[in-house]
Amino acid sequence: MNLHEYQSKRIFAQYGIPIPRGEVASTPTEAREIAGKLGGKVVVKSQVLVGGRGKAGGIKLAVDKDDAEEKAKAILGMDIKGLTVKRVLVDEAADIKDEIYLGLVIDRARRRVVMMGSSEGGVDIEEVAATMPDKIVKVAIDPCIGFRSYQAMDLATALGIPKELTRSFGQIASGLYTAFVENDATLAEINPLVVTGDGKLLAVDGKMSIDDNALYRHKALADLRDPSEEDPYEVEARRFDLSYVKLDGNIGCMVNGAGLSMATMDMIKLYGGAPANFLDIGGGATAERVAAALRIILSDQNVKTVLINIFGGITRCDEVARGIVVALGEVGVTTPMVVRLVGTNEAEGRAILADAKMDPATTLAEAAQKAVAASKA
Amino acid sequence: MSILVNKNTRLIVQGITGREGMFHAEQMIAYGTNVVGGVTPGKGGQWSVGVPVFDSVRDAVRATEANTSIIYVPAAFSPDAIMEAVDAGISLVICITEGIPTLDMVKVRAYVDQSDARLIGPNCPGLITPGQAKVGIMPGHIHIPGNVGVVSRSGTLTYEVVAALTARGIGQSTAVGIGGDPIIGSTFIDILQLFEEDPETEQVVMIGEIGGTDEEEAARFIRDHMTKPVTGFIAGQTAPPGKRMGHAGAIISGGKGTAAEKVQALEAAGVRMAKQPTDIAELVAANIGR
Repeated sequence: MNLHEYQSKRIFAQYGIPIPRGEVASTPTEAREIAGKLGGKVVVKSQVLVGGRGKAGGIKLAVDKDDAEEKAKAILGMDIKGLTVKRVLVDEAADIKDEIYLGLVIDRARRRVVMMGSSEGGVDIEEVAATMPDKIVKVAIDPCIGFRSYQAMDLATALGIPKELTRSFGQIASGLYTAFVENDATLAEINPLVVTGDGKLLAVDGKMSIDDNALYRHKALADLRDPSEEDPYEVEARRFDLSYVKLDGNIGCMVNGAGLSMATMDMIKLYGGAPANFLDIGGGATAERVAAALRIILSDQNVKTVLINIFGGITRCDEVARGIVVALGEVGVTTPMVVRLVGTNEAEGRAILADAKMDPATTLAEAAQKAVAASKA
Repeated sequence: MSILVNKNTRLIVQGITGREGMFHAEQMIAYGTNVVGGVTPGKGGQWSVGVPVFDSVRDAVRATEANTSIIYVPAAFSPDAIMEAVDAGISLVICITEGIPTLDMVKVRAYVDQSDARLIGPNCPGLITPGQAKVGIMPGHIHIPGNVGVVSRSGTLTYEVVAALTARGIGQSTAVGIGGDPIIGSTFIDILQLFEEDPETEQVVMIGEIGGTDEEEAARFIRDHMTKPVTGFIAGQTAPPGKRMGHAGAIISGGKGTAAEKVQALEAAGVRMAKQPTDIAELVAANIGR
């Protein structure tokens, strides 16, 4: 789960990381009031969960409160990469002398949390990684020992942090690590970490992602989830414990198991079609969950045909078939469907579906070919 | 021969009185796996599916001389269950549970690495040596004994491939599901090495997917250390970047972990890559008797 900039920075502040003064507004009037309170120049920043807000015109500098109201008016309601801006963060404008990148990720190959720093702050770190990889300094952190001050010193030296700021930098780096671990983050970054004109460090922008699997022990963070920022189909799928990812094609897919789901999509592509979604109904799915899955697939207007591919192990083909029948009864579908049921209770499953108008397939290749043909009919 | 599990496996089931644990314990016993006991804290002294239940892994090991443990406990308790098994001297721990927080696994993996124990999973289907021991949730009947080693990050996709091998009469030495999480106990390299050393394994099938760099590292290992033929497949060629495809570890992030990169690395290491999973059995068949 991704957090908004203002949410991430509020968490950082709890761990002693200095952030600009500022508040969130959802109307231009509120933005004006906040700017008035802050006094001086402010930055009006759209709060949407996508990168490239600045380039899209979603971040603007305002000279006073009147200007802040104008800028907020322009930004609120704006569309950035398909998301509507509903809130802006009004922050005191920083006097930027230098910009640094500081971030934490879980490095899968090293099996460690890794702190990354770069003197090239303020730009996309992936871009830096691609074009100037030697500009990124990495420090791996032992999970049993934690982040040590010598590691902060190493980073400070490599990043060219002025001597008088190394102590402050150490506190920020250590605070960021603690924030990362205590909140079960998968990403925490300050970009940029600014050296101000009056010689202080300030986390001007921030980003955090929280491990979905750990939300059960972070109730307050789980409550921050904003379903209006997510694909409505994906929100609905989560309600039924289904893994669903919306794609651009027209062949709806319902499969059990993540690997087989991906392989089924790949087969569709290989035979010249385009999958409309990834959907894994999981192991041992009930008829109710299967019905929900089919409803979600069919509510996508792009879907011209549906491919159901089930390799029964703990998942029982008869249970899947019952779910399909329930869903068909509810929505009265005319969409052509190709179904392949193999494994546990496959004969019972096929018998249940005998009356439904579905095209049976025996092999995965046959199923994919039939679905692609139907999608082009 | 085979790797990791066989007739000498003495298995305990952690979480044996739970719904999943009990169901799969029964299935494993029915397959012929030597299940010697189970563990559920607070239920020591009871019996479940015909085997004794113990309060702790330590008690179970003392009474049964178990050498392998399989874990079916909820994600919140799994890290503890893994470490308890390792601490009690179990040499092979298989964790089926899905949904363990990644930072918990960072710690668990560091702990396991300090011991002599081996961890398979989490978020995996387990492993099977056909005709000897099924330690997992896979349908046993689709496997037959033979000489092809199978290693995979996936569950059902592996069943699909194994069933196709079996349909051609090609048996498996051992099939190992290493799991779909970002941090897992045993990686491709660990299992490939065991297959390379196992005299009964003549060739290997490796099924990877998007996310991480395990396949790329495996490619280097295959190039430098493997003499047996390897046939491969990578799932997720159509997966969009930045989205988790079911498995917590199946995500292309920062442009890294794409199927194309992995296919290229494996091909360069001499692995015969299948364009679709249904081609694997044919590629394997072509290697037999060479």
